[in-house]
Amino acid sequence: MAHANAAFLGKDLLGLEDLTAEQITAILDTAEPFKEVSERPVKKVPVLRGKTIVNAFFENSTRTRISFEFAEKRMAADTVNISSSGSSVQKGETLVDTARNLEAMRIDMVVIRHGSSGSARFLAERIQSNVINAGDGKHEHPTQGLLDLLTIRDHRGPIAGLRVCIVGDVLHSRVARSNIHGLRKLGAEVAVCGPQTLMPPAIGELGVTVFKRIEEAIEWADVLNVLRLQLERMKSGFIPSLREYNRVFGVTRARVERAPRDLLVLHPGPMNRGVEIDSDVADGPHSVILQQVTNGVAVRMAVLYLLAGGAPEQAEAAKTGGGE
Amino acid sequence: MRPVVIRGGRVVDPSQKMDAVLDVHLHDGVVAAVGERLDAPEGAEELDASGLVVAPGLVDVHVHLREPGQEHKETIASGARAAAAGGFTAVVAMPNTDPPIDNPGTVGFVVAEGRRAGAARVYPSGCITVGQAGEQLTEFGELVAAGAVCVTDDGRPVMSAAVMRMALEYALAFDLPVAVHEEDLTLSRGGSMNEGLIATRLGLTGIPNAAEDVMIARDLMLAELTGGRLHVQHVSTRLGVEMIRVARSRGVRVSAEGTPHHFTLTDAAVDSYRTDAKMNPPLRSEADRDAVRRGVADGTLDVIATDHAPHHYDEKEQAFDDAPNGIVGLETALGLAYTELVATGLIDLPTLVERMSCAPARALSLPGGTLRPGSPADVTLIDTREEWTVDPARFVSLSRNTPFGGRRLRGRAVRTLVGGITVWGPTA
Repeated sequence: MAHANAAFLGKDLLGLEDLTAEQITAILDTAEPFKEVSERPVKKVPVLRGKTIVNAFFENSTRTRISFEFAEKRMAADTVNISSSGSSVQKGETLVDTARNLEAMRIDMVVIRHGSSGSARFLAERIQSNVINAGDGKHEHPTQGLLDLLTIRDHRGPIAGLRVCIVGDVLHSRVARSNIHGLRKLGAEVAVCGPQTLMPPAIGELGVTVFKRIEEAIEWADVLNVLRLQLERMKSGFIPSLREYNRVFGVTRARVERAPRDLLVLHPGPMNRGVEIDSDVADGPHSVILQQVTNGVAVRMAVLYLLAGGAPEQAEAAKTGGGE
Repeated sequence: MRPVVIRGGRVVDPSQKMDAVLDVHLHDGVVAAVGERLDAPEGAEELDASGLVVAPGLVDVHVHLREPGQEHKETIASGARAAAAGGFTAVVAMPNTDPPIDNPGTVGFVVAEGRRAGAARVYPSGCITVGQAGEQLTEFGELVAAGAVCVTDDGRPVMSAAVMRMALEYALAFDLPVAVHEEDLTLSRGGSMNEGLIATRLGLTGIPNAAEDVMIARDLMLAELTGGRLHVQHVSTRLGVEMIRVARSRGVRVSAEGTPHHFTLTDAAVDSYRTDAKMNPPLRSEADRDAVRRGVADGTLDVIATDHAPHHYDEKEQAFDDAPNGIVGLETALGLAYTELVATGLIDLPTLVERMSCAPARALSLPGGTLRPGSPADVTLIDTREEWTVDPARFVSLSRNTPFGGRRLRGRAVRTLVGGITVWGPTA
């Protein structure tokens, strides 16, 4: 059931660039019934009972790993976590051998986060198990992109025609890339804004508008997705200082209040309060940051369900334990 | 050795402006005569070359033989044999080995191992700086005396302009070419492919053209300032080609390489993270690829060299960022050059021989590159009609890292003679 058959999404979820608009919409629709599971006193549906899932996190992550773990456990799967420290990878075992060993133990699904772009595809090409990309280098973080889409849809309705601006260090951001692909496929107008030193070359050729100043972006946008600025970017010379970054590009209350429309503000977390986003925005009425986290579990449940062979139209029945 | 008479082949030797059906007589390790219907001495081996091209032996001035230190990828012997299989009678070995070739002892080792291999001739290069650290010059005189034919820190650039100036000036005492890998490390910043749309989509750090161009510009100016001999390795950018063209017109003593992969492929070959398309400098845009082709055609890039860079498959079987740079090239170079440049009509066959034999030998002042009587009996017999499919599993090289597996090519060396002895071919 968990192997490469005619499952709706194919064998793996490696990125939103590979999906069609129909597939993306189906994942979001499938997540709707699973939202409710997390609201119950007993948060359990047996949809993945008997499935073995490994969370292979070669890069540190708390929130994404916990989110996946909850999604897996709430659907009754057996889960095991591998983290980078203390793993065989530190003893020099290659990614190939890690993959083959997992497969030899007949793991059904692997959720992988790794520091090298392309590493999720690398794994998927070498093992039969379903592979879910939880973030590969700077390339994609598809479940984050999906939960961002779901959150925007919850609060602003259909994505098509919405103006969404991704703000910050787009150069190093897999969240940005997944967002760009997902939003464009669903018909949104997409823009990016940040210092040119943190913009990927040729980004305009992906079909996005580039704003050089945050004021222009806020003037234009319905939705802002604010990216975390990693503190080491200052040390590497991309920006002169964090203070300068906040003064020139920070999403501050004053700037948000000057927006012509009722801005929605997202952030993938964790936040650097006072750097890319001020606390009174993050905690204020425009922010849906916590809803993103809630939606994250539902979206991951939907993805696991679909990769395991579940049909989108049976998700509603599945959530009551009567599915597949 | 037995004397050899090669009969009835199309002898293409641009150094003598020769392109005609002739016989070639090899005797005591040198070319004895080239002419019509030569008499064969007693006991001579007669080779029928009808339908084949007879060229002065091909010379590859840029190969990594990995020995000493990385013999799992290639050895001097396996590399020399792979060279012969590709039609090369001589190669220049790069010094970024372990330990690097920065002292006369290691130079001597490479010379001795090359002789022992008994295949293509192996000429060592020496490092420009000790340990390739870019700071202190090596003992050029000692390296030359031990057999080095040029100095290069290839694999790494010489980041300091002052050190590069010293190198070019100091090398004048030995008329020694200084070969340069052009990359400003502060601009390439750990990138793994060409900067552009594909790198952005794949989430890989890109290396901009400027990382190579700023160094080419710098070193052309230093060559002009010092009057030194500059050899620019693996030129991959359109502006790089243009600047070399201008410098030469100003009288700068510069030779320059175009590799088969840079005149054949673009960064589109990286596609879904294919590590066998990862090399340094990287495959670039179509405009760059086309400029390299035109540069090879008009002679701005006067030398075709492979930058043969063997890696064990374990090393290439990694995520893209982690895989080492480089592809093997000795056994595909002639086929690629013929198919991409001659069969397309971009250059004629004598020009190909010029780029792959005469000019490389001249650039580094090596013996060979000509069939003038008295020159070494290094000859390559080429079948320009043969069509073949690249099969890495059948490479003579110890390594298989190539993006050209399965590619259909035309043109192949069917016999390679070094010093009059067949080192590759039906009876090798």
